[in-house]
Amino acid sequence: MTAIALAAGALPAGTGTRMLVAEEFHAPGLGLFQWEPLFDIGPIGVTKPMVLAVFLSALLIIFFWVAFHRPQLVPRGVQNLAEIGYLFVRDDIARNIIGKRGDRYVPLLFSLFFFIWFFNLASVIPIAQFPVTSRFGYPAVLAAIVYVTWVGVGIRAHGLGGFFKAQIPSGLPKAIYPLVIPIEYASNMIVRPFTHAVRLFANMFAGHLLIALFAITAWHFIVEQPTVLGFGVGVVGVVMTAVMTAFELLIQALQAFIFTLLAASYIGGALEESH
Amino acid sequence: MSVLAQVTGSIGSVGYGLAAIGPGIGIGIVFGMGVQAIARQPEAYNLIFRNMILGFAFAEALALIGLVMPFVYGT
Repeated sequence: MTAIALAAGALPAGTGTRMLVAEEFHAPGLGLFQWEPLFDIGPIGVTKPMVLAVFLSALLIIFFWVAFHRPQLVPRGVQNLAEIGYLFVRDDIARNIIGKRGDRYVPLLFSLFFFIWFFNLASVIPIAQFPVTSRFGYPAVLAAIVYVTWVGVGIRAHGLGGFFKAQIPSGLPKAIYPLVIPIEYASNMIVRPFTHAVRLFANMFAGHLLIALFAITAWHFIVEQPTVLGFGVGVVGVVMTAVMTAFELLIQALQAFIFTLLAASYIGGALEESH
Repeated sequence: MSVLAQVTGSIGSVGYGLAAIGPGIGIGIVFGMGVQAIARQPEAYNLIFRNMILGFAFAEALALIGLVMPFVYGT
């Protein structure tokens, strides 16, 4: 940071408000995630993340429709690729976590995994370059779907009373229960959906911010305000942008996997006899 | 009341640094224990790795909540 301050401090203070024309170095902030509406449909201003979400969903649906609309017993071409994805979700997530009963929930988990992964991938696709899931609304709705599902599954499996009883671990000393019951309910019913959504959101948010920080550093110190001292910082920015983009590719897939894994473990937990 | 000591600058960053200590230790324990378990019983790799990732996700959530808070409440 001192190197940045040193190089930037020698420059005259700029009055520009836009990030890319400002003369002083401005680290990217929340402004990266606030989009002006591109156009309006009725009372709704359609922003870039919304357009991306619709486009990526359409892409995903078309891809799997092409792959599975006329399934062959011996898969060929694109069906092979789609089946690898399907088998991954079914064997590594559904059957592994929930067990044999997990096959019922494969369609949900499969959709969750691929929607989240594609939404995340938009972060590194040129032109799009914005992870849809870094707007909190998208992970919040996905987490809400999972929440409703596992509560519904639990109530159907054990009945209303049985479901709420199953949240409490049994066989503890009686004196501990006044302490355990509020903690378990708060953790399962309130904190769980919240962290489920925030985990995905914050990872994508932080990742996008990091890439943007290094990219803007590179742009500022090499193109906008090239100085002898600052050039090295700019080169670090270029290298780190590439490194962080590669790292983000890993994190995107991992977060989609974790989100789906947790969804499966919540559903599996609701199906179990007791915790 | 007169101010005896003051911290200025990006307090949110300092707060996040503090918030990351706990999850950092937690994630270290999760993966350390996981690798140890895999070394002792390589055939249980899938089971251990799955639970490792789950534990990692739970510990990581705390750090991420810490990351979001400075943005929510301003610097």
